[in-house]
Amino acid sequence: MNKSIYSVCCFLILFSTARAQDDVYPVREQPGSVVITNATIHVGNGQVIENGSIEMSGGKIIQVGSQISATQPNARIIDGKGKQVYPGLILPVTDLGLKEIANGVRGSNDYEEIGEYNPSIRSIVAYNTDSRIINTLKANGILLANVTPKGGTISGSSTVVQLDAWNWEDAAYKMDIAIHLNLPSFISRPNRFALFLGLPIDRTDPTKQALEKMDEIKSFFRQAKVYINEPVHKETNLKFEALRGLFDRSKKLFIHADQVKQMLVAIDFVKEFGFDVVIVGASESYQIADLLKQNNIAVILQQQHELPATEDDDVDQPYKTPYQLQKAGVLFALNDEHDETRYRNLMFNAGTAAAYGLTREQALQAITLNSARILGIDATTGSIEKGKDANIVISEGDILDMRTSIISAAFIQGRQVSLENKQTQLYQRYMTKYGLK
Amino acid sequence: MRILKWLIAQKLLFLAVLLVPGRLVFAQATFPVNGVADPRSDYYAFTHATIVKDAKTTLQNATMITRKGKVVALGTQLAVPADAVEIDCSGKFIYPSFIDLFSDYGIAPVTPGQNRGDFFRYQNTSNTKGAYGWNQAIKPETDASRLFTTNNDKAKDLRSAGFGTVLSHQQDGISRGTGTLVTLGSDKENLVMLKERAAAFYSFNKGISTQDYPNSLMGEIALLRQTYLDAQWYKNRPASEGINLSLQAWNESQALPQIFEANDKWNDLRALKIGAEFGAQYIIKAGGNEYQRLDEMKATHASFILPLNFPLAVDVEDANDARLVALGVMKHWEMAPLQPAMFEKAQIPFALTAAGLKSPAEFMANVRKAMESGLSSARALDALTRMPATLIGVYDLVGSLDPGKLANFVITNGPVFEEKTVFFENWIQGKKYIITENGWKDLRGNYKLTVKINDKNREYTVEIKGTPDKPAATLQPGADTLKTPVALSLSAKMVKLTWSLKGDSSRLNSLSGLVEDKFWVGNGYNADGEPVSWNMQQSSPFVEKPDTTVKKAESIKDINRSIPYPFNGFGYEGPEGQQDILIRNTTVWTNEKEGKLENTDVYLKNGKIASIGKNLSAGNAKVIDGTGKHLTAGIIDEHSHIAATGSINECSQSVTAEVRIADVIDPEDIQIYRQLAGGVTGAHVLHGSCNTIGGQTQLIKLRWGRSAEEMKFANWDPFIKFALGENVKRSFGNSNNRFPDSRMGVEQVLVDAFTRARDYMKEGPARRKDLELETLAEILNHKRFITCHSYVQSEINMLMHVADSFGFRVNTFTHILEGYKVADKMKAHGAAASTFSDWYNYKMEVIDAIAYNAAIMQKEGLTVAINSDDAEQARHLNQEAAKSVKYGNVSETEALKMCTLNPAIMLHVADRVGSIRIGKDADLVLWSDHPLSVYAKPEKTLVDGIIYFDNERDLKLRRQIAAERNRLVQKMISAKKEGVKTTPAVVSFDMINECETDRHVKNSIWELGNETRN
Repeated sequence: MNKSIYSVCCFLILFSTARAQDDVYPVREQPGSVVITNATIHVGNGQVIENGSIEMSGGKIIQVGSQISATQPNARIIDGKGKQVYPGLILPVTDLGLKEIANGVRGSNDYEEIGEYNPSIRSIVAYNTDSRIINTLKANGILLANVTPKGGTISGSSTVVQLDAWNWEDAAYKMDIAIHLNLPSFISRPNRFALFLGLPIDRTDPTKQALEKMDEIKSFFRQAKVYINEPVHKETNLKFEALRGLFDRSKKLFIHADQVKQMLVAIDFVKEFGFDVVIVGASESYQIADLLKQNNIAVILQQQHELPATEDDDVDQPYKTPYQLQKAGVLFALNDEHDETRYRNLMFNAGTAAAYGLTREQALQAITLNSARILGIDATTGSIEKGKDANIVISEGDILDMRTSIISAAFIQGRQVSLENKQTQLYQRYMTKYGLK
Repeated sequence: MRILKWLIAQKLLFLAVLLVPGRLVFAQATFPVNGVADPRSDYYAFTHATIVKDAKTTLQNATMITRKGKVVALGTQLAVPADAVEIDCSGKFIYPSFIDLFSDYGIAPVTPGQNRGDFFRYQNTSNTKGAYGWNQAIKPETDASRLFTTNNDKAKDLRSAGFGTVLSHQQDGISRGTGTLVTLGSDKENLVMLKERAAAFYSFNKGISTQDYPNSLMGEIALLRQTYLDAQWYKNRPASEGINLSLQAWNESQALPQIFEANDKWNDLRALKIGAEFGAQYIIKAGGNEYQRLDEMKATHASFILPLNFPLAVDVEDANDARLVALGVMKHWEMAPLQPAMFEKAQIPFALTAAGLKSPAEFMANVRKAMESGLSSARALDALTRMPATLIGVYDLVGSLDPGKLANFVITNGPVFEEKTVFFENWIQGKKYIITENGWKDLRGNYKLTVKINDKNREYTVEIKGTPDKPAATLQPGADTLKTPVALSLSAKMVKLTWSLKGDSSRLNSLSGLVEDKFWVGNGYNADGEPVSWNMQQSSPFVEKPDTTVKKAESIKDINRSIPYPFNGFGYEGPEGQQDILIRNTTVWTNEKEGKLENTDVYLKNGKIASIGKNLSAGNAKVIDGTGKHLTAGIIDEHSHIAATGSINECSQSVTAEVRIADVIDPEDIQIYRQLAGGVTGAHVLHGSCNTIGGQTQLIKLRWGRSAEEMKFANWDPFIKFALGENVKRSFGNSNNRFPDSRMGVEQVLVDAFTRARDYMKEGPARRKDLELETLAEILNHKRFITCHSYVQSEINMLMHVADSFGFRVNTFTHILEGYKVADKMKAHGAAASTFSDWYNYKMEVIDAIAYNAAIMQKEGLTVAINSDDAEQARHLNQEAAKSVKYGNVSETEALKMCTLNPAIMLHVADRVGSIRIGKDADLVLWSDHPLSVYAKPEKTLVDGIIYFDNERDLKLRRQIAAERNRLVQKMISAKKEGVKTTPAVVSFDMINECETDRHVKNSIWELGNETRN
C-alpha cells in the first residue's frame, strides 16, 4: 500500500519537472489492476456508495461496491479515504481541438467550413490532440468530449474523443456520432447598428423568412431520403451519403436551437423523418419541457452561466432551467461552451444547477451518464458500473463546488493520466522564480 | 360625354380658385414688377366670431380687423371700417395659429457621406472644406436662414394641422447652428422669414459626420464641453488658431435662445448639466419618457418642447413574440400619452411639437390623445401659441391675436381641439389659405327639391345630414316612400347631385348647380337623358343631436399610473428607506484581523455598521435572522461596464482622457439588479479598451432605483482607464490606420501624451484649457489614478517605466493575465492587480494566462482583486474568487478579500467599504451558505444599510411582473382588435457592455456565437 502511494508520488514528480506541455505525455496502458478503496463513489446514475471500492483492469471497471476485494494479487491500491470518486466528465458539444485561440489568430481555427450544407464534413480529421486546452480539462476531471464543427445550416458530423491521445485516431472514442443542424432565427430583432446610426430598420417578418428556410432544409432531407432509398445511383452525392446514418438511426441529429419556435420545428423534424433528435442550446426549453418529454427529445443546455434572455425573466432563470427539465422528465445534459475559460468549468455549471434545484447527484448525472446517453456512449462510459470503461476521477472534495473541487487523479480507460498542463507548469516555473515553493 | 366635359370644366374652375391667392400680399419694393402695379392694403374685418385671443381670453361675437398682414384691432364693439372687406364669421371660431419650435420645414435634408461606419478607415479631422473648426459635427456656422426655401406642399400639410409659424433648423450634427423663424405662407422667402437667426440648436447625435470623433455619448459630451472652452478662448483671437468661422459663429449665437434636442429623460439631464457648467439655459426638446422622472425634470427649472409621437402598440398576439417585449416597453406605451398632462400638473413649462410624427396630419389626433389623458385644452393651446413664442422671445410677433402681431390665425367651426371641429382657413400674414373648402356655411337641413322636366315639376324631399364639410343627402319622392341615397359632391359653391331611380339603379338622375346659402339652383339630365332644370329650398335647418357616445373614458381609467424606479419590471415603487437593522446570530466574515466570527450579531444604523458582537439589543431595529447563514462585505467589481450607456468606448483617438463614464451612467440597467442578486454592491465602471488612454471611470454603488448622480460613490479618488496591447493596436481587424499599430507605438502614445501634458502644465493661465491635457495633468499631479488593461509582461514592464519616468505610479493593472511573470516588478512599483480567475486562450495575448495568476501575485505580496468585465461573471464573483483556493491554494479568507476588501483598497475606498468594521458603510451580503461555495446564494444585499435585493421580495416582484405583463399584453391585443395601428414585436434589448464589444447583446436566443474580445 505504501509502495503504491509512493509510486503515485513518483508519477506526479516525474511530470512536475516539466516546463512546456510538450513533455506531458499521453499514458501507456498500465498492466495489472488498480483498486481505489474506501472512497465515496458517485456512480453517475444517482447512486452514492459510501466507503466503496472500485477495481479496474484492462481498461475496464471490473468490480465496484462497498464490499469488494481485489481480484488480482498485485493490484495497485489507491486509498480513497475521504475522497470523492466520479465518472469522467463529458463535454457533450465542443470545438475543443478545433479552435485553439478564439480570436485574432485565424490560422489556429478549424471549426467552421464554407457552405450551407456540409453533412460530409468530419470534425475528427482536424482534431488537434496537442491543443493546450485539452490538458487543462483533464486536470479538472473532464475526460471525454464530443468534438463538433460549427457554421452553415448543416455543419457536419461530430466525434466523441477521449482526452489522452497522441493523434486523432487514438483519440476517437466513438466516430461520427451525430450530424449538426443549425436552424434559422424566428425572432425579429432590431439591427443594433441601424439603431445606433439611425438607419431605417428592416421589418421583414422573421417567421416567414425562417419558414422559407425551413422548407429549403426539409427539401434537402427529403431528397436525401429518396436518394438513400435508391438501390443504385447514377451520380454519387457525398452530402446525401453522409446522412445515411440519420435514416437508419445509427447517427443522431443534433439540432442547434434556442428559441421556442425553433424547437417546435425540431419536433416537427422528428415527426416527419423519425430521426433521433437532440436539441443543443435549448435555453428556452423550460417553456416547452412537456412537449420535449412527449416527443422523447433530449436536450443539451449549452451554458449554465448565462444572463436571463429577457429583461423581465427571473434573475436566476438560466440557473434553474435544468431543474425545470428534470421535473418534466426530459433527458438533458449540461455543457460548458464559455469561450474565455475554455470549457473547464463544466462541473461548476452543474454545481450551479444543484444550487438552483437539482440534487447534487442529478447535477452530476447531467455531466456524466446523461451526456453519455445522449451521445450514445452509455454502454461503455458515463457511470461507474461494472463492465464500463474505467473513466474515473478522484477529487479531494465535492467536484461541483469550486471550494473543494481539487482533482488528485484521473483515469481514462484505466490509464492514470497526467494532470499536468501548461498552466501548472507555468505555475511551477514562477513559484520557483519567486522562491515560493 | 357631356357630363365628362362638364366635369373637366369643374375641375379647372376649382384649380383657378386655388390659384387666386398666388398674388404677393405686399409687393417688395426692391423687386421689379412685370406688368401693372397692384398695391392693396389687404384690409379685412372678421365679424361675429368667437375669437380665442390667447389661451386665457375668449371674445364672443367679436370682430378682428387685419391690415397688411397684421392684426390692427380686436373687440366686441368694433365698427367695420368702410374700406375693409367684411368676412362674416358667424358660428366660427378664430384661434392664433400654432407655432412649432422644432421643425426642418424648408430645409433640404442632409445626405450621409460615404465612409460612415467604416471602423478601419480612420478620419481624424473634419471633411468640411473652408475656414471652419476641426470637428465635422460641430457646425455652429450652419445658418438655416441661408438654406431656407419655401415648400408649399409641406407648408400645406402643416397649415392643415393648424400651424402658422415654425422655427426651422438643419437637424444634423452636435452643434447645428441657428434656426430661422418662418411663417408657413407661400410668399417669397424674404417675406415669410420673420427672424433669420432665432435660436441655436444642439444634440447628442453627430449626424452625418464621417469623422471618427466622437463615436460615443460621452465623447459627444466632452466635445461640447471642449467647444465651450475653445469658443471662450477664441474670443481673444489667438494667433495660433487663425480664423475659425465655427468658433466665431458659436460665439455669435450664444445670446440666442439655446435649444437642445436631448430626446430622453437622462439625456435631458445630461444636456442641462453641460448647460449649467457653461451658463447656457437650454430649452429641452424632450423624448417622451420624461414623465418617468418628473421630479428630476421639475428640479432643472428648464422649459421643454414635448413631442407627441406616442409609441404604437406592439403586436403581441403571438405568445412567443410577446415574450420578447419588455414590460417597460409596454408600460411606456400605456403611459406616454399622459406626459403632457403630467407636465401641466407639475407646472413645468412646455411647448408642443409635431416633430417625430410621420405626418403633421397625425398631430391633432395626438393632441387629443394627450387631452384624453388629462391635458387641459387651455394648456394645450398655450403650449402651441404663447409658450413657444415666449420661449424664443417672439411673443411680440406671434403667439396670440393682439394688435400689432401677425395676422396668423385659423378659422374653425368649433373649439379647436374637438374631433368634429373643421378647420376652414388658416390665415398667415393676413393671407388666406383654405384648408377645407366645404362647410363654411352649414348646408345641412331639410329641403324641398323641385325638378322641372318638360315644363312639369316634380317634387322631392331632400334631407342633408353628415358633417358640415362632408354633407350626406337622402331623397324621398313622397312622404311615404323610402329614402334614396344621393351622391352629393360639393366643391366650393358648385354642387352635383346624383341618384338612381328606385328599382333601376343603372339609370341615374344627375343635377349640377350652384349653391347660394339656402337656395340651390341648376340644370341637369334625368335618367332618360332629358334636360331638366331644378331648384332646392331649405325648409328647416339641421338640428344636431347631442353626442351620447361615451368614449375612451374607461381606457384612461384602467391605466396603471404607478411609476417604478427604475422604469422596468424589477423597479420599486419607491426606494426602500433607511432603517436600523440587526442581523442576528450569523457567521461574520469581517475581512479584518478578527477573521471569521461565529454566532455574531451586526447592528446597522444610519447606513453604517454600528456594532458587532453577541446578543446585541434589537431596540427598534428590523431583525434579520442570520442563523446558519454567512455575512460578508458586499462584492466590489473592479472592472465593470454595466450601468453605462451610449457606448463605453470612445475609440476615435488613441488618447481620449477627456471623456467621462460619469457622464453616461445609466441607472436603469437591469444588470444592476441582477448583480445585486449576486451580492455586488459596488462597481467600478470603466471606459473600454479600444485606445491607449481611454476615459475617466466612475465608481458606483448599486443603489437600484436612484438617479445616475445618486449612484455615484461620493468623495472617491478619480480614476482613468488605460489599455495596452491587441485592442489598442486594433489587431482584430485586417487593417488599421490609426496609430499605434504595435506595442512599440503604444509606448510612444503614452510618452507623447504625458510630454504634452507636462508642457501644458508649464503654460500660463492664458493657455487654452484642454480637457484631455487637464486630465493627464491630474495624473502627473497624483490627483487621478490609473487602472490599466494589460496582458503580457513586456507591456506591463513598459508602462511602469513610462510611469516612473514621469513620476507617477500605475495604481492598478487590470486583466493583467501575465502579472504572475512580473509580480516582483509590480510590487516594487507599487501597483495592484485586478484579474480574471481562469480566463485564457481567447486571443493571442492571453495564451500564457494561467488560473494560478491571482495566487502567485497574492503570494508575492500584491493586492489582488478578481473582477468580471462581464455582466454574467459579475453575478458570481465570490465563486470566481473561490477558484484561487483551487488554483494555488490561497486561504479562504484571503480569497474572499479578492472580491471585497482588495478592490476597495485599490480603489482607495477601503476606509468606507470592503470589510465589516464598525463605522464602515453597511454594504453587506447575507449568504445562504459558505460565501465561497457554488451553493451560496445572496438572500439579502444591502447598500448603505438599505436592502436593495431581498430574495423574498424578488419572488413577489416576479409575480407582479407576470401579472402586469399579462394585463398589458391583453390590453395591446384588445387595442389591435379595436383597429389600433400596431408595430411588430421586436426584442427589447438590454445592451451589454464589455471591454471592447460594447452594446453587445449576448444571449443565446437572439445571437448565436460569441464575439467577445477582452
